[in-house]
Amino acid sequence: MGLKRNVGLVTGLRYKGQGPMLTFVLHRIGGLGMGIFITMHILASFMGGQMGAFLNNVYENWVFQIFIFFCVLFHAINGLRITILDLFPKLIEHQREAIWIEWAVFIPTYGIAVLAIISTAMGA
Amino acid sequence: MSELKSRSLSLSQRGMNFEMLMWLFTRLSALAMYALILFGMIGALVMGARNQMNFADVMRWAFMPNVTHVQSTNVPDLAPWASTFWKLTGCALFLVAAAHGIHGLVVIADDYIKSTRGRQIARILSIIMLISISVIGLYIIWTS
Repeated sequence: MGLKRNVGLVTGLRYKGQGPMLTFVLHRIGGLGMGIFITMHILASFMGGQMGAFLNNVYENWVFQIFIFFCVLFHAINGLRITILDLFPKLIEHQREAIWIEWAVFIPTYGIAVLAIISTAMGA
Repeated sequence: MSELKSRSLSLSQRGMNFEMLMWLFTRLSALAMYALILFGMIGALVMGARNQMNFADVMRWAFMPNVTHVQSTNVPDLAPWASTFWKLTGCALFLVAAAHGIHGLVVIADDYIKSTRGRQIARILSIIMLISISVIGLYIIWTS
């Protein structure tokens, strides 16, 4: 816990990590998004009443569903990639290819889901 | 672009500490959650979700196999969904996910909090959060 990191925010933002860095950032955003959502969801079903109903309305909103589904699906697929590469360290040499495969799985799956969410929202 | 070279150390060289164990736990719990979610999906299909629910509702059951999570879908018979077996499965998924998620929050906090004191406070808060959310979650699962 006694680590010294003297990197400021601006330096951090200027770091050009490319593809792997992008997945790192999105993984982090997805994890945070899910953490906040699921905590609110559990508290809402625990408290019920006015607050619960309000939170229900929030997560039944289609915009929110598009966001949270991005968080869940990206975190799940990227997490599986990290798990496989970390448990079989030899595979880390193929990290960039693994990230391309990841996007090839993520984009169609997420696209279909977004289409389904939007068409449901339009129909209802 | 620099070439990545794999390199693995033996466990004794790497050292066994809390961070290393949590690193491993994060990976293994990810696999466990995949297994539990798949298990929930199969369970929903066995209980007749093929003709009573759409895919979104099956996923709702898979992400939390607890009867209140499918109450508002058009399931005609809630009894098989409310068994102790599924409550235990729900507990397993919930506890694994809570530990994975809260450790993730600690990792994020460690990256952005500069002072040692601040990181210690973040750890204590995370332990309080883990205990309280576990109690609340188990209460919801077992009283529904």
